[in-house]
Amino acid sequence: MRVSRAWLESMVSSGWDAMQLSHRLTMAGFEVEGQSAAAGAFDQVVIGRVVKCEPHPAADRLKVTEVDIGSAQLLQIVCGASNVRAGLTVPVACVGATLPGDVHIKRAKLRGVESNGMLCSARELGLGEDAEGLLELPSELPLGRNFREALELDDIIFELNFTPNRGDALSTLGLAREVAVLCGQPLRMPELSVVAVSHDQRVAVTLSAPGAGRFLGRVITGLNPQAITPLWMKERLRRAGLRSLGPLVDVTNYVMLELGQPMHAYDRRRLSGAINVRLAKADEPLTLLDGTTLQLKSDVMVIADDAGAVGLAGIMGGEKSGIAADTTEVFLEVAWFAPSAIAGRARRHGLLTDASQRFERGVDPAGLERAMQRATGLLLQLAGGQAGPVVSADAPSQWPVRNPILLREKSIKQLIGIEIEAERVQKILLDLGMGVAPVSGGWQVESPSWRFDIALEADLIEELARVYGYNQIPEIDALTPTLPYLPSEHRVSDERLASLLVDRGYFEAINYTFVDPALQSVLFADASTLALANPLSSELAVMRVSLWSGLVKNLKANSRRQADRVRLFEIGSRFVMNLGQLQEIHTVAGLAWGRSFSEQWGLKAQGVDFYDVKADVEALLALSGQPAVTFAAANLPTLHPGRTAQISVNGEAAGFIGELHPKVAAELDLDGAVYLFELDVEKINIAQIPVSKDISRFPYIRRDIAVVVNEATTFNELQHSVTVAASGLLRELKVFDVYRGKGIETGKKSVALGLILQENSRTLTDAEADSVVQRVTTALNADLQAVLRD
Amino acid sequence: MDLESLVSNALTSIQAATDSAALEAVRVGVLGKKGALTDLLKALGSLSAEDRPAAGARINEAKTRLFEAIEARRSLLDSQAVAKVLEEGRLDVSLPGRGAKTGALHPVTRTRLRIEAIFRSAGFGVALGPEVEDDFHNFEALNIPADHPARAMHDTFYFGDGRLLRTHTSPVQIRAMTSQPLPLRLIMPGRVYRCDSDQTHTPMFHQVEGLVVDEDVSFSNLKAILKRFLEEFFEKPLAIRLRPSYFPFTEPSAEVDCACVFCHGKGCRVCKQTGWLEVLGCGMVHPNVLKQCGIDHERYRGYAFGMGIERLTMLRYDVNDIRQYFENDLRFLAQFEQG
Repeated sequence: MRVSRAWLESMVSSGWDAMQLSHRLTMAGFEVEGQSAAAGAFDQVVIGRVVKCEPHPAADRLKVTEVDIGSAQLLQIVCGASNVRAGLTVPVACVGATLPGDVHIKRAKLRGVESNGMLCSARELGLGEDAEGLLELPSELPLGRNFREALELDDIIFELNFTPNRGDALSTLGLAREVAVLCGQPLRMPELSVVAVSHDQRVAVTLSAPGAGRFLGRVITGLNPQAITPLWMKERLRRAGLRSLGPLVDVTNYVMLELGQPMHAYDRRRLSGAINVRLAKADEPLTLLDGTTLQLKSDVMVIADDAGAVGLAGIMGGEKSGIAADTTEVFLEVAWFAPSAIAGRARRHGLLTDASQRFERGVDPAGLERAMQRATGLLLQLAGGQAGPVVSADAPSQWPVRNPILLREKSIKQLIGIEIEAERVQKILLDLGMGVAPVSGGWQVESPSWRFDIALEADLIEELARVYGYNQIPEIDALTPTLPYLPSEHRVSDERLASLLVDRGYFEAINYTFVDPALQSVLFADASTLALANPLSSELAVMRVSLWSGLVKNLKANSRRQADRVRLFEIGSRFVMNLGQLQEIHTVAGLAWGRSFSEQWGLKAQGVDFYDVKADVEALLALSGQPAVTFAAANLPTLHPGRTAQISVNGEAAGFIGELHPKVAAELDLDGAVYLFELDVEKINIAQIPVSKDISRFPYIRRDIAVVVNEATTFNELQHSVTVAASGLLRELKVFDVYRGKGIETGKKSVALGLILQENSRTLTDAEADSVVQRVTTALNADLQAVLRD
Repeated sequence: MDLESLVSNALTSIQAATDSAALEAVRVGVLGKKGALTDLLKALGSLSAEDRPAAGARINEAKTRLFEAIEARRSLLDSQAVAKVLEEGRLDVSLPGRGAKTGALHPVTRTRLRIEAIFRSAGFGVALGPEVEDDFHNFEALNIPADHPARAMHDTFYFGDGRLLRTHTSPVQIRAMTSQPLPLRLIMPGRVYRCDSDQTHTPMFHQVEGLVVDEDVSFSNLKAILKRFLEEFFEKPLAIRLRPSYFPFTEPSAEVDCACVFCHGKGCRVCKQTGWLEVLGCGMVHPNVLKQCGIDHERYRGYAFGMGIERLTMLRYDVNDIRQYFENDLRFLAQFEQG
C-alpha cells in the first residue's frame, strides 16, 4: 500500500522526518519497501492564469499566450499544448526555473516570438504520466502562489508491505493509530460534518448469508453529474496510486483509504427493488465493474436486488449498477462481512481488490457509521445532493466474538526472556486501544474492535514486544548445555557420497523434481507417474521417476555449449508409483559422457566406457564396507541390453549402471555413448564399522595363469571357481589381461589371472603354491571348461 | 722407456680417457700385473743394491702419483656420467599433471552443508521429510486453515488428490513434534516448491528451518542463536536486527536482517541502499501449533526459524542470477571447485 506522509501527519504529528518515520514503521512491523517523492524536483513554478491566447503568427501548432502570475506584468509565453486556452489556470515555470530531468527554463524566442517561461503538464513536473496537455488547476488557487506549496508537493510516499494479520492498518487512520502509539502523540480523527436527512427514500436491506454481519445503506439524490473532484482529493488519491474516476467513485475510494472501510456506490436507477445479501446460486453469472463475467459458486456472497446479483460482496461491484457519467442518484453501501466469508473467494477468480484485501483481513465493525457519515458529507460537499436516512440491517450472530484474554506477568518473561514493568505493559496495551483490567498476577485484556489478530496470550505478548522494541530484547544464550550432534559412523552420509564423486571428477547438479513428461517417457515409456494439477509449464509437469531425465537434459545443454566431457551427479528424491502408492526414494545418480579423462598430453585420448563408470560406482559402494555387492547383467529398456548391470547389496536390488540405449540416445539427439548409474541411497549407506585383523608377517607368493574360456564366461564365475579351489590361501585375485584375437579361437577369450597366495602363520612353500595352482586349474576346467593357455 | 717419460705418457693417457673403460685400460697398461710400471718394479732386481732403494722409491712415488691421477679422473668421469644421465632425465615441470581432476559440489549443497555443520556443532540434529505432502502437515497443523490469507503467500503446486508439494520444510517440524520425544533441537533442510517463476523466483528452492522445543526457551535465546549462526556463517562479527512480522505458525514472529556483508551497512546495490539484508524469518512456535502436535504449551515453548539457502549462497558467493542454480551449466558449477 502507498501511504502519503503528509496525509498520515494530518492525523498524527510524530515530529519525525521521513527517514525516522520510515525506520519506526519498519521496526514496528510495517515494512517500508520503498519511498518516493510526491512530485519531481522543480522550483520556481507558480500558479498562473492564461488571460489571452492567440495563434502564433508563424507556427500552426503554437499559441502565444499572456499569463497572469499575480505580478504587475503579464508574461508572454509561447505554448504548444492542445488544451491551452484563455481562462485556464495552470502551473507556470518562470524564467530561471529548473524542472525534473535538469531542464532549465530560459527566456527564448520560438519562431520569432519571445517566450518568458513555460506552461506545464503533469508529466513535466513529475506528477504522473499524463502528458496529454497542460495540468488544469482549479481557478480558486491564488495566482503567483508557489505551486509546490499550493499542492503540498513536498511529500513522501511510502510503499508499505503489510502482513496478512494487520488489515486494521490498511488505511491512513489505521497507520496513524500505530504511529500515535509509537511516538506518544494524540491521534486526530478527520472531522465529520453533520449531515441533514432531507428526504425519505430508502432501499430495504436483508442479510441472509452467513458472514454478512452489518449493512448500512443510504440513498442520495440530486447529485450534480458535472461536479469535479477537487484537487486536494485527486492528489491524495494519486499519491495512494488510484486514478480519479469522478467524485462519486472518488469519495468511496477516498473514505476507504482514509478510514479503511470499503464502500460501494450503486447507480440508484439500475437497482430494482430491495437489496438482499445472500449466497450466490450455483453457476449464477455476474458481470463485474471491470467487465469480466464470472460463474459463481454457492459459497460466495453476492449483493442482489430483485432482478439478481449486482455485486460480489466485499470484492467488487457489478457492471450493471455501476456509476455512470450521468448518475445523479446513488445508493451507498457500507457493510461488514466476516473475514472467513470473503477469504479466498477473490483469489479463486484471480481478483485482488482493495475491498477484498481489507475484508478478508478484517474491517472494523464499529466504524461503519463513521464511514457512512464521512462519505455522505464529502459527497454533498463535492456534488451537492440530498441525503436520505441510513437504513441498517444487522445480524449480531455473525459479529466477531471478543473474549477477554488473561495476560500473566510470568508468561511475558517465559516467552520473550525478559521482564517488562507492569506499568509499561499496561500503558502499551492501553495505547493500542485494548481494554485492560488488572487481576492477580496479570491483566484481563480485551482487544479493540479493529483488531482481528489478537485471540491468545501470545498475541498480546507479541504486541508488547513489538511496541517495546524487538531490538530492546537482549540476546541471551540458553542455559541448557548442548553437545555437538555428530553423524553416525553406521551410515555413509550423503555428504560423503557427494564428496567421493566430486573427488572423482563429478560435478553436482540440482534439477527440478518435476520434469517434461515427453522426455521422461522417452526414457521410461511404461512408468506410471505423479502429475501436477497446476504445473508452471508443460515442461515441468510430472514428478521424476528417475534422476536420469534431469542429468540427460543437463548433458544436452552442456554439450550444446561445447563441453567435450561431462560428469554429473545428483542426490535427491525420485517419485515412484508402486501399486498406486507413492514412494519417495532418496537416490544418487550419475552421468558420464565424452572423454575418459579430460584432454591431456600424458594420456591416450579415449572415450569413457562402462568400466570407467563402474569404478566410480564401486568406489561409492565400497564406502559402506558391505562385502556382498554384485553386478549382474540385466535388461532395462532405457539401457543398452549388453551393457547394463543391476547392482545388489546383500542380495537387495540397489540400482543400475549401464550405457544409454543407442536408440534412446538417437531419439534424444545425443552423440556418443552416455553412461548412467542410479542407486537407492538407503540401500548403499548402511556402513560396516571396520574390524581390524592381524596382518601376515610372511611373504606372499604370486602365481600367474592364463586360461582360455568361452566368451560368455564371466569374471564372476572364474572368481568363484578360483576362490573355492584355492580355499583359504588366496589373499587376492588379480585379473590383469583379457585377450581375444590371434592364437585364440573365435568365441573364446583368454583371461590372465594373478593369484596372490599367503599363509598367516608361516611362509608358504613353492610346493604348496604349485599345488594350489594345480587345484585351481583343475577346478576351472571342471567348472567352466577353462583350458590353460600355453 | 725411462720412468719419467712413462709417467708423462701415462698422465697424458689418463687425461685423454673419456669414459671409465678407457681409463681402466690405461690403468691396466701402467699399473696392471703386466703394466709398464709393474715391469719396472720387476726389473729392480737387476739393479745394484745401493741403487735399488732409491730407484724403488722413485717408482713407488710414480705409482702413487699415477694412482691418484687415475682416481681423480675416475671420479670426474663418474660425476660427468651421472650429470649426463640427470641432464637427459630433465623434465618440463610446468607440464600439467596426469589423470583425473576433481569436480565440485553444487553451491547450494556447499552452503547447506556449512549451515548444517554450524547447527550440528550447537547440538541440532538434522531431520528430513517427504516433499510430497498433505494439506494437514503443510498448512492445517501450522495454523493455516483453508482460505487463510497467508495461503496467498504460498503459491502451491497440487496433485489434485489432496496431496501437494511442500511449500516450506515446516511440515517436517510437525512430523518431528508429533513423533519424537521432547526436548527437540533440530534443523530441517530440504527442497521446497512454490508455483512462481521469474527473475527472483524459481519454482523449486531450498530451505533450512530450525526448531527448538523445551521447557525453558525464549525469544531472547532465539535471537542469540541466530546472531551466532550468522556470524559463523559469514565469519565476521555482524549486527542483526529483528523486525516484527507475521507467520501463522509463530507468535511473536520476526524477520531477521543482518548488516550488509558487502558494504558493512553503508548501503549498496545488494542491500538496496538500506545497509541491511533480510536473511531469516523466525518466531516463537504458536501455541495452536504446539496444541495440534499434542504438546503441553503451558509447560513447553519453542522457537523456530527458516532461511532460504539460495539467498545465503548468493550473499556468500555473490551469485547474481538465481536461475543459474538449476541450469547446471558446468561453467557455473566449476566455479565452486576450490575448498
